[in-house]
Amino acid sequence: MSEAASSAPTAKVPDSPGRRAWRRLARHRPAIVSAAFLALILLLALVVPWVSPHAAAQGSDLQFSPPDGSHWFGTDVHGRDVFTRVFAGARISLLVGAVGAGVSLVIGVCWGMIAGYVGGRLDGWMMRIVDILYSLPSIVFVIVLITTLETYVKRWVVDWAPGLAPTVRMLLLFAGLGAVSWLTMARIVRGQVLTLRTRPFVLASQSLGASHRRILFRHILPNVLGIVIVYVTLTVPAIILYESFLSYLGLGIQPPEASLGTLIAEGAAQINPLRVFWWLIVCPGAVLALTLLALNFLGDGLRDAFDPREN
Amino acid sequence: MYFLRRLLFLVPLTLLIATMAFFLVRVAPGGPFDRERRPASPAVERALAAKYHLDESLASQYLRFLGLKWERRPDGTWGRVPGGLLAGDLGLSLKYRDHSVADIIRQGLPVSLTLGGMAFLFSMGIGIPMGFFTAVRRGTAGDWLGSALALVFLCIPGFVVGPVLILLFALQAGWFPVGLWGTPMHAVLPMVALGLYFGGRIARLTREGMTQALQSEFVRTARAKGASEFRVLLHHAFPIGVMPVVSYSGPMLADLLTGSFVVENIFQIPGIGVFMVNSSLSRDYTMVVGLVLLYAVLLLVLNLLVDVAYSLLDPRVRYE
Repeated sequence: MSEAASSAPTAKVPDSPGRRAWRRLARHRPAIVSAAFLALILLLALVVPWVSPHAAAQGSDLQFSPPDGSHWFGTDVHGRDVFTRVFAGARISLLVGAVGAGVSLVIGVCWGMIAGYVGGRLDGWMMRIVDILYSLPSIVFVIVLITTLETYVKRWVVDWAPGLAPTVRMLLLFAGLGAVSWLTMARIVRGQVLTLRTRPFVLASQSLGASHRRILFRHILPNVLGIVIVYVTLTVPAIILYESFLSYLGLGIQPPEASLGTLIAEGAAQINPLRVFWWLIVCPGAVLALTLLALNFLGDGLRDAFDPREN
Repeated sequence: MYFLRRLLFLVPLTLLIATMAFFLVRVAPGGPFDRERRPASPAVERALAAKYHLDESLASQYLRFLGLKWERRPDGTWGRVPGGLLAGDLGLSLKYRDHSVADIIRQGLPVSLTLGGMAFLFSMGIGIPMGFFTAVRRGTAGDWLGSALALVFLCIPGFVVGPVLILLFALQAGWFPVGLWGTPMHAVLPMVALGLYFGGRIARLTREGMTQALQSEFVRTARAKGASEFRVLLHHAFPIGVMPVVSYSGPMLADLLTGSFVVENIFQIPGIGVFMVNSSLSRDYTMVVGLVLLYAVLLLVLNLLVDVAYSLLDPRVRYE
């Protein structure tokens, strides 16, 4: 990182890779639009359940009212305002996505850094495990884990921290989804660390007697950070999708809480040949799809911005 | 040689997965008979547990599950208890009494595999041409539109596509049945709902692979020696450009199989996916272990086949 700057002390100091990436990202129009859109969704998710005149869980006599001026997304089977419920659900979906991606980030980066830095036989074994896990149906394991561990964890939580009992399912989702989503991250980080380990500035630091900890955290980690950010951005939509998939099957977020997946499932349950309640599916579905779209566009933009080959 | 070793490696791996699944479902609290009609007398419960050997120690149950349990027969001789995994027997379902796990799999699996296979072909059918077109027309409005469309496919999950398709084409237009399984018409909407996402994935992979192939030396050589553009694209660039799709098809088959949980649920299709969710919720031990094993073996074998195909298709890849 600092080698370029020191080799040409009189010339104009070149941008750091991080700043260059920011500049490139600012020129990437879809990524900027997506970032703005995500900020809007986040704001709505935080604010709407608070300021809305209709509470998310509050029912009324107005069943299945189509979208109008008072209920922008209509109402559901219990007369609840779908607009409020969608953004309360988006809040939970985003939370699960962010925390799950955080869990996968920690596991993936640690796994990849250790495998790549230590190398040798340990690396071989660790990557073998990743290969095996890749070829297994991860969602099947998440389903088995969630259904079997839930009662167990619940019993334990009730003893130790009764306040957390209603959120057990969410905690399991964080852990379970994070635990199956770190594989790509580990592979990428390992590849990066392998090449960085032999780069001159790392070797120089090593021969000057720097400790492993210093090399890992001072030299290697900052250099893998770019690609890590890119893949975290792409992991968030993947986890949101997983979560809504599980919620759709009734294995995710439990009522009265609702994520976007739960809302879509409720909408799908109201399909009947007599009357079409399209807003119950289209509204949460569109918010989910647009959020995922924006996250993917942003991830693509970040990938281009951090790509060292492009200029 | 390499593939033979991997094939042999499947055996201990399968055993390991079976063991993990076996103990995982059993250590969790709650049993398969908890949701029986209440009040079941303690005597009834004991009888049920005894019938399915749930009153034995875990170790004994495990040996029985593997088929390695010996016990004294009524006539006083020792013999192996029949059945067990090593004899290819997954046991009886604890929830759907009188049905063996193998029976249930035999009924549902062909349906799920048909659906998955159709969705596989559908996603290849829309994804590869889309990716090919956008890579060849790189930088044009057509490329932009096609790439955006691929991303849109990626972002609309099957459980949104499915109900919307039902609303539009089954309820409003009346062209297709709303659900169930049987005629080819029944399969169209589920196939689209399951395959659309993967079509987007494949389009992106093909575009990436084709773009790289088109920039490589051998394509330039082919152009230089005067091959027609058509031949350059289809004969030289395409076989290399499509390789990312080949290597993705392993994980994709995994996702297709598990993705069908939701699609089978939406369209009321009598496949195997429904059982996966229900049996793990109702602690149907034998069923859960059997299904986990089924999915794992299916995927391990499919992945191996994909790798074999990869090494056959790309002469640059060598496994040793």
